[in-house]
Amino acid sequence: MVVNCDGVWREISNYLENEVDPELRAAMEEHIRGCKRCTAVLDGTRNVVELYGDERMAEVPLGFSKRLQRRLENDMMPPRRTFLGWMVAAAAAVLVAGSFELARSSAFTHPELRSELAQSGAGIPPDMLVVVAADGKTFHTPVCTFIHDKVNLRTLTAREAQREGYAPCVRCMKKYLSAALTSSPAPENVTQVSALEE
Amino acid sequence: MLVRRVKDGERDLFYELIRPYERRLYAAAFSILRNEADAEDAVQEAVLKAFKHIRQFRAESRFSTWLTQITVNEARMRKRKEHAHLIEPITDHQDEEGNYTPREFADWREIPSETLERKEVRQRLAEALASLGQKYSEVFVLRDMQHLSIDETAKALGITTASVKTRLLRARLMLRDLLAPGLDGNWTARLSFAKGTKPW
Repeated sequence: MVVNCDGVWREISNYLENEVDPELRAAMEEHIRGCKRCTAVLDGTRNVVELYGDERMAEVPLGFSKRLQRRLENDMMPPRRTFLGWMVAAAAAVLVAGSFELARSSAFTHPELRSELAQSGAGIPPDMLVVVAADGKTFHTPVCTFIHDKVNLRTLTAREAQREGYAPCVRCMKKYLSAALTSSPAPENVTQVSALEE
Repeated sequence: MLVRRVKDGERDLFYELIRPYERRLYAAAFSILRNEADAEDAVQEAVLKAFKHIRQFRAESRFSTWLTQITVNEARMRKRKEHAHLIEPITDHQDEEGNYTPREFADWREIPSETLERKEVRQRLAEALASLGQKYSEVFVLRDMQHLSIDETAKALGITTASVKTRLLRARLMLRDLLAPGLDGNWTARLSFAKGTKPW
């Protein structure tokens, strides 16, 4: 088999790929050995393949990898907490739990009063029996003359009345209101309350 | 196998899986889009698509080929959108089937690979590649820069292996003409060709 320059150029890429049959390969090499032009073409083409195949030619813009990684994290990965993120989340959980506990304990010792004008009282015996009117704001001793609605009265303990938001009457409970003004915080077995002018 | 682990739900490993190919993917996208920002964006989008559809990947093809195929499709789609307002040429003036005749016959025996250390040289090589028609540059990039096989290149581009071989031959010869040393043996002197002055 004999090949000319055109035949070499047509197959030179396949030759470099080692994809020509042995007979053609031998014929091409025979021709190239005696042809300066085909030698130049073969060497040059091989060099092109070598140069572009070099890893250094596979350049990417500065920061390419980081941006790709960030995009992946942002768009595809579930949000991952950093250590700081976990700390913030833990602190928030503690705050929420603390708030509930505070609200619960506040409700016990300082129930929401039925009047904004309530005043503190102190030293009222928790088991003391008092009376309240259904639409009233204060609790009274059963003999108090300042009970306006004497029809819908209900008897309960001072502790229960306070939990329901009733405040001590400024008349019949006067001594406890005075005590609140002069005393330190009430002992545990005595409920601290507020009072208002009814 | 890393692909298997990612498919089984170890999402964090996905970047490790694609990292070896990211440069090649960029080269493939760049060969089509010819713009750094567009190529980078196309790669990011392609990688995200690969992640979303990782379960569709079948082990009978190489992961790199599959990834390249997605990247090429993404870049081509962007290219089409970018040029949607332009009228497509009726015929391709480059005759793919015709023989290509080399124009430069200067001796080029030495492999000047050390010159790749110079950014200017790399830049000139990139310019030479960018001056080829897209159908030649994309085949050349996949085969000679990404080192995909002829079959894989054909698969990634959706063309026949015969077309890959023909385009590869022309791409290599055209680049050789562009980059061949001058008669004085000064290799880099040939690199200073003006953009748009193709010798074919």
